[in-house]
Amino acid sequence: MVMKRIIPCLDVKAGRVVKGVNFVNLVDSGDPVELGARYDAEGADELVFLDITAGIERRDTAVKMVAAVARRVFIPFTVGGGIREVADAEALLMAGCDKVAVNSAAVRRPELITELAARFGSQCVVLAVDVRRYPEGLRVVVDAGRTPTQRSMEDWLLEAQDRGAGEIMLTSMDRDGTGLGYDLDALAAASRGLRIPLIASGGFGMAAHAVDALTAGADAVLAAGAFHTGGFTVRGLKEELARAGVEVRPC
Amino acid sequence: MIGIVDYGCGNLKSLENALEFMGFESRRMSGRDEILAVDRLILPGVGNFGHAGAELAKRGLAEALRERSAQGGPLLGICLGMQLLFEGSTEAPGIPGLGLLEGSCERFAGPGLKVPHMGWSAVDFGDLSGAAYFVHSYYILGWPAGRPAESVGLASYGHPFLAAFRSGALGGFQFHPEKSGSYGLNLLKEALRWS
Repeated sequence: MVMKRIIPCLDVKAGRVVKGVNFVNLVDSGDPVELGARYDAEGADELVFLDITAGIERRDTAVKMVAAVARRVFIPFTVGGGIREVADAEALLMAGCDKVAVNSAAVRRPELITELAARFGSQCVVLAVDVRRYPEGLRVVVDAGRTPTQRSMEDWLLEAQDRGAGEIMLTSMDRDGTGLGYDLDALAAASRGLRIPLIASGGFGMAAHAVDALTAGADAVLAAGAFHTGGFTVRGLKEELARAGVEVRPC
Repeated sequence: MIGIVDYGCGNLKSLENALEFMGFESRRMSGRDEILAVDRLILPGVGNFGHAGAELAKRGLAEALRERSAQGGPLLGICLGMQLLFEGSTEAPGIPGLGLLEGSCERFAGPGLKVPHMGWSAVDFGDLSGAAYFVHSYYILGWPAGRPAESVGLASYGHPFLAAFRSGALGGFQFHPEKSGSYGLNLLKEALRWS
């Protein structure tokens, strides 16, 4: 059996952690190494760092951050943000992260997934997908939610799986930052065609939301603000999940 | 000093970081003499069994590792490195492992079973039980019959399989102790005392 995972997500900009609510109003709130080590000690099963640094210096600052985090954090961690080619991913993986997450660049050029899987193995490749609900259904949005596409969620997930994605991180842009709970319909629809793990993201506000997402078909739940501001601890959440009958790693 | 066998199969950074964090000094080793001389040796590995087995043979390291083991030198295999201590794998028929232990690797298969087995699973390892982080598609079913061992740890994915063992100076972890939080670090520290 594989245990259900709790994954804190840290948005980083120029090597510092920032907190996003609906991906605006960024507030500097800490050192990625210290925060990562704290989450490791607290029982997080995995970490995701999303690098939102813009500009040409991005790869260098990300690689430096990854190397520093890898010296102090001894659970798997994923880095996403701005990965457009195999060389970007290679620099990060060599610096010590375990997986890379790709999003907009893969929507624009799906071969990126194929290339990454061939070079590093599917277990290193996470496809991050941001979706928004439209009258015609769930559609993929890119550029941190700013740009809608015509791609249906279901269609894109299946293509990504066929191309070798090892895991899907599905963020509901409608729920992100609201604390109203994960988009359970989206998770159920996504999990139907998937043979690879599905991470629920966007909307966590209470332990019951995590239970619901894991029941709806997610293998892991991701949250950011709820952990960073101290309202929730990973340990406390895991205790509640265990009480609800979800198999989690004891911390 | 802890030697880490460097044969071009997998990123050694995480393991080095974990050893450094715990205060151990480590060095990558790829030469026969240092592999025979060092107190403690770890055989890591990620990737394809055939590629790894062929690299060990080509670089003369398979012979050095067998010699080290015959002399009673401690050797700890991690992930693919543990599998390589055995005779072979259906991943690469015809490419032998080190053959220090009897048995060979099979691929996970079964209805609804996602391969690779990736994530945290419980390890039943006596006093050293806990949850560890796995990433693998192949497994060793169980400890070789008749072979003495201080302790054998099993995990389950579809069915039980060999997750950890200590047999004299030889040890192995199918999971990644360097990625298994404080449980993994403590286990790694413990294993570096086995002889």
